[in-house]
Amino acid sequence: SNDAENTAAHHRNTLQFNTYSHRKQLFSVCVTLSEATEEVSLDSPERQPILSDGPSPVITPVTPVMISSRADVFDRSPDQDEDEEENRDTFDIQISVSDPEKVGDGMNAYMVYKVLTKTSLSIFSRDEVCVKRRFSDFLGLHSKLASKYMHMGYIVPPAPEKSIVGMTKVKVGKEDLSSVEFVEKRRSALERYLLRTVKHPALLKDPDVLQFLESSELPRAVSTQALSGAGILRMVNKAADAVNKMTIKMNESDAWFEEKQQQFENLDVQLRKLHASVESLVCHRKELSVNTASFAKSAAMLGNSEDHTALSRALSQLAEVEEKIDQLHQDQACADFYLISELLGDYVRLITAVKGVFDQRMKTWAKCQDAQVMLQRKREAEAKLQHANKPDKLQQAKDEIREWEGKVQQGERDFEQISKNIRREVGRFEKDRVKDFRVVIIKYLESLVHTQQQMIKYWEAFLPEAKAIA
Amino acid sequence: LLQVRTADSPHPRFDLNNDASLVIDIPDALCERDKVKFTVHTKTTLSSFQKPEYSVQRQHEDFIWLHDTIVETEEYAGLIIPPAPPKPDFEGPREKMHKLGEGESSMTKEEYAKMKQELEKTVQVHEVFLQRLSSHPMFRKDRNFQIFLEYDQDLTVRRKNAKEMFGGFFKNMVKSADEVLISGVKEVDEFFEQEKNFLLDYSSKIKDATAKAEKMTRSHKNVADDYNHISGALNNTAADNNTAFKKHLEKCAEVFEKLRKVEDRMASDQELKLTELLRYYTRDIQAAKDLLYRRARALADYENSNKALDKARLKGKDVAQAEENQKQCLQKFDKLSESGKKELTSFKARRVVAFRKNLIEMTELEIKHAKVRRLKCYVYHYMFIRQCSGILI
Repeated sequence: SNDAENTAAHHRNTLQFNTYSHRKQLFSVCVTLSEATEEVSLDSPERQPILSDGPSPVITPVTPVMISSRADVFDRSPDQDEDEEENRDTFDIQISVSDPEKVGDGMNAYMVYKVLTKTSLSIFSRDEVCVKRRFSDFLGLHSKLASKYMHMGYIVPPAPEKSIVGMTKVKVGKEDLSSVEFVEKRRSALERYLLRTVKHPALLKDPDVLQFLESSELPRAVSTQALSGAGILRMVNKAADAVNKMTIKMNESDAWFEEKQQQFENLDVQLRKLHASVESLVCHRKELSVNTASFAKSAAMLGNSEDHTALSRALSQLAEVEEKIDQLHQDQACADFYLISELLGDYVRLITAVKGVFDQRMKTWAKCQDAQVMLQRKREAEAKLQHANKPDKLQQAKDEIREWEGKVQQGERDFEQISKNIRREVGRFEKDRVKDFRVVIIKYLESLVHTQQQMIKYWEAFLPEAKAIA
Repeated sequence: LLQVRTADSPHPRFDLNNDASLVIDIPDALCERDKVKFTVHTKTTLSSFQKPEYSVQRQHEDFIWLHDTIVETEEYAGLIIPPAPPKPDFEGPREKMHKLGEGESSMTKEEYAKMKQELEKTVQVHEVFLQRLSSHPMFRKDRNFQIFLEYDQDLTVRRKNAKEMFGGFFKNMVKSADEVLISGVKEVDEFFEQEKNFLLDYSSKIKDATAKAEKMTRSHKNVADDYNHISGALNNTAADNNTAFKKHLEKCAEVFEKLRKVEDRMASDQELKLTELLRYYTRDIQAAKDLLYRRARALADYENSNKALDKARLKGKDVAQAEENQKQCLQKFDKLSESGKKELTSFKARRVVAFRKNLIEMTELEIKHAKVRRLKCYVYHYMFIRQCSGILI
């Protein structure tokens, strides 16, 4: 039905985060699956459908899992965040990136995506806006946000990677499977990028973000043509590296930062390994699909060759079952990839952004140190001039001292602010990652349940055929 | 030292023990270094045996010796000789076993499980070989078969003697040159003509199906391995993290560990029921083809003996000898035809029964595993959902 389709599409395309407090017992969690599924809703805790061995429990296409995040959390301290659990508002914005369209021809061609925003938030001028954007627009948005917020310690979600090979195939006009996959992969990545960006309370309110989502015409982001999101991060990190090579090592008075930095280093390593393992799973699942299809053909040939009628028929049926199972493997490989592999890829890039933010703090500290050194020099200069009887120069020196005192104060304030921001950002990041991973594992389990359901169906249909061999 | 008790194995085997007068099974096997020792257990009511029950240790080479002596027995030329079991193949695990013997590293759980699976496979195929012999009216009376079952000491010495006897030359083994020669022989019998065409076609199809099934099973094992790595990586990531995330990752690691177990079991069941079935019948089809070739060679011999007789008659020399030769060739050919027809007919029946049994068992196992997986996914899904609503677990 159209309704179910819409719901399914809606769910597939949005990461809507809402929650009800745990005091509200009514918590309906359902899941979207494709066509052939039945219905269950795991609502009140009394229900124990999974433990019965009766007819297969079912899963219904309804609203997705809801988890919330406050819109203006950045004004609150980390401690206050704990209390948020008690009274969360709903944070209502849905974004979908869809309908990739090729514009132009040859090497100048590019893909344009439809960006649809549905929201009830008042900062938006309309409830529903639809605009067309190309990949470089997304990169442009990210570069603006990075330049505005990274130095303040905000974790700006990285934009998706550029891919020259992938894009060239599309430009050249190859309509093959790998191009289609590439475009879908990119579409999905762009969608996740936007959702992650608006989930950040400060970024959501940013005028560039609003303009990106709402305005029908967007000035071409020319300067980012050569830069991808990762490219910008690399630049930022290079600057940070330069800072680290300075002789003055930062005296980390705050153990929290040292500890967190180490944690993120470790997490970076671990997530990359995990990501590699999942990529291996995707690869092997695809191989399994190919090999199953190949076996199916072979079984069909064997069936044709078999001269015992009933056995021949059973072998042909076996071939059909295996073909259907091949399709299941393909679907599962998609779930493996889009749910888990891509999430991990996103997080590996996010961690790089987090590490970048810590480096920004070091840079800020270094700047503060520089200012102090300069102030000291100015004071020394002034002291010398005290006995030199050059009243103009003395006044200038006193002015410069005031100037640098101001800079020192500003530097200290900046450092304090960025430290505070980072604490909050890291707190938010740590909360979000649990939610993100949880949503993903839930969806993944659903995909597995669906696959198993189908498998049971196919094999149960085959069993009488096997028994009929006389 | 790795011992497997096949009685504990969840896999029912090809059950050819229909006749209680001679019942054979391999209740366990020992893997020592790179040698596998099978315990062959016999229960019999036949008077030709000295005792009603035997339990002897045999190695793979003993089975091969038995197979080869049977192939070489002229009497059995008209029968389908049960295919020799393939050599136990342990590859990596064998190296591991070797290292174990030298006191090096210990085996991981996964390596042990893989070895156990290989052992189960090889036991199955060696057992079937013996059961084929015991369930056949002629093979079960074979003297060497009886020695194999009864002789309570190492057969190695006897084997060496046998080799010397035959001088390493196996007359009845079909060589490739024969195959070419023989397919050129004109077939008079409709039954055998049909059988030949069927077997030639089926043989190539089943070889292909075996290869494809092997690849499919391999892919399943790879997926199981990946689940294992993912589980490990999740646990590693959990190791130094904050509480909520750590717990979550550990739960996820559990999920993947459970998935791995089911996938592994499924892969090995598929291998035992489907891939091994196909492998076995590829070999059995070859044995049937060998029978056809022996018969075709006998036919060629008969035709040659006719020509020789005509020639002798023409020359007027050695006619009696030629007549005798011709008579014997015809007798042999007729015997092979009569026996061959019976064998090929019962071969088809046997094949159908085995396919039916294995396809049913495989399907039932697939359903069982899918249900287990579904159930486990439901349980974890439910748990994660409840975590979302704030009910901490």
